[in-house]
Amino acid sequence: MTVLEFDAVTKVYSVRGAGQMKALDDVSFTLRSGQTVGLVGQSGSGKSTIAKILTQLESPTSGEVRLDGEPIPRRGKGLRAYRQQLRMVFQDPFASLNPYHTIRYAIQRPLELDKVVPKDKLDDEVRRLLGRVRLDGDAVIDRRPHELSGGQRQRVAIARALASRPKLLVADEPVSMLDVSIRLGVLNLLADLQREHGLGVLYITHDLATARHFSDEILVLNQGRVVERGPADDVILHPQNPYTQELRAASPDPDTYFAHAAGILGGEK
Amino acid sequence: MTDSLLSVHDFSIVYDVDPPVKAVRNVTLELQRGEILGLAGESGCGKTTLAYGVQRLLKPPAVITSGSVVFHDASGEDVDINGLDPEEMRRFRWDKISMVFQGAMNSLNPVATIGSQLEDVFEVHRPNLTRSQRRAEVIELLEIVKVGAQRFRSYPHELSGGMRQRVMIAMALALRPQLMVMDEPTTALDVLVQREILRQISHLRHEFGFSVIFITHDLPLLLEISDRIAIMREGEIVELDTAERVWTDPQDEYTRTLLASFPRLTGERGVVHR
Repeated sequence: MTVLEFDAVTKVYSVRGAGQMKALDDVSFTLRSGQTVGLVGQSGSGKSTIAKILTQLESPTSGEVRLDGEPIPRRGKGLRAYRQQLRMVFQDPFASLNPYHTIRYAIQRPLELDKVVPKDKLDDEVRRLLGRVRLDGDAVIDRRPHELSGGQRQRVAIARALASRPKLLVADEPVSMLDVSIRLGVLNLLADLQREHGLGVLYITHDLATARHFSDEILVLNQGRVVERGPADDVILHPQNPYTQELRAASPDPDTYFAHAAGILGGEK
Repeated sequence: MTDSLLSVHDFSIVYDVDPPVKAVRNVTLELQRGEILGLAGESGCGKTTLAYGVQRLLKPPAVITSGSVVFHDASGEDVDINGLDPEEMRRFRWDKISMVFQGAMNSLNPVATIGSQLEDVFEVHRPNLTRSQRRAEVIELLEIVKVGAQRFRSYPHELSGGMRQRVMIAMALALRPQLMVMDEPTTALDVLVQREILRQISHLRHEFGFSVIFITHDLPLLLEISDRIAIMREGEIVELDTAERVWTDPQDEYTRTLLASFPRLTGERGVVHR
């Protein structure tokens, strides 16, 4: 059982000419194996700062992040080993995959760097990983990112994130660039992999609908503060905080919209 | 007979590559004056090609292989868009039909103020206006889209994504077109900003009476903003009806698949198998 603790983290940026900007204000949460924590909020709410601190691209101003009780190493081999445990899937698979390199290269690199398998097993392992994300290894392994569809590219990015056999995955808007019709497929793939590997997933998004369906627990961030938290259905279906209510009201919801339109629920259209 | 703005008849577009791709197949539709028509479908279904094609914005290898597009101008004149020569076409675009492109907020010139970029529109399309008239027009536009006149001298990087997108809408609105084609205008924005901009589009449409062709793959959003929705698949319109009927009583099998494909905010749990 892996446990990640984000403990009372505050992050302050100094902005030239504008004094100090508190990007995160006393944020705490715990992420366990097999669990999904959803992080929702609008642009600038601090979601990505949390991801940056988790990957140790930024250090907290105060507070601490611990993995299995140990603080995150700041540098060197310890940091490398930590990053092997925690991987990222980014929003834009076109930007996160190097256009010059083949899919094989993209997935092989972490395998080599983290010495996951012996050299003569690299090809097998790359194909195995592509299989895990339901891609046809023979069809895509020697292609470059521009030859794949958006959904396929995101699957490659997921395969690459899994290559070093991490325990935790930080997924920052992993489906928001994809067609609405294939989002569920990619989320279900993530959910399957999560079950099979016992992955803990931090799901960062501004889309309340997928956050609700994919997460166990949801944290709502506004201007660096957690304004509401709780089981996914409670937070989204019965929001208590005014900001969460505002987010909920702004999210497209044809069920409620047409129920209003038909006068079933009454009220404004 | 209702008040038609655009009549598209048996319209087909082929990408003349090897092998040729039939991107739009025999599309026929009537766009009403003042309506918001949503064009939905997966990537590659032809929705963008269709919307660009009706204004002849496509370059080779795209070829219009059949059909006609007739624009029923407010003056009562019917304009056959395929019959316009290049100079007439240049004047027609923006003036009668304007466009808000996908990711448009990132296509503003970074080294020119937004005021001067808006003025360009009038310089080209309304050459008779004096400098101070142009300025007055631009200031009015910035107020209409709630960016504010004080932003006249701002550079694009000084504005948020939502503000930049409003500037793009101001630009499209500049010559008071009768049709605005919007290609994924809010896809890159977060939900609160998106909702604000959609409200504004809806409000402006009532105020100025233009029609909108709204292209997006975000079906939940489209259902709420559109009067009617056309569902496209492989270049064909498989269903065209009011948003409400598409939602409550979809006729086509593919429409049903598409409607079932997105996670619903308040729907049953279990669509993600956890």
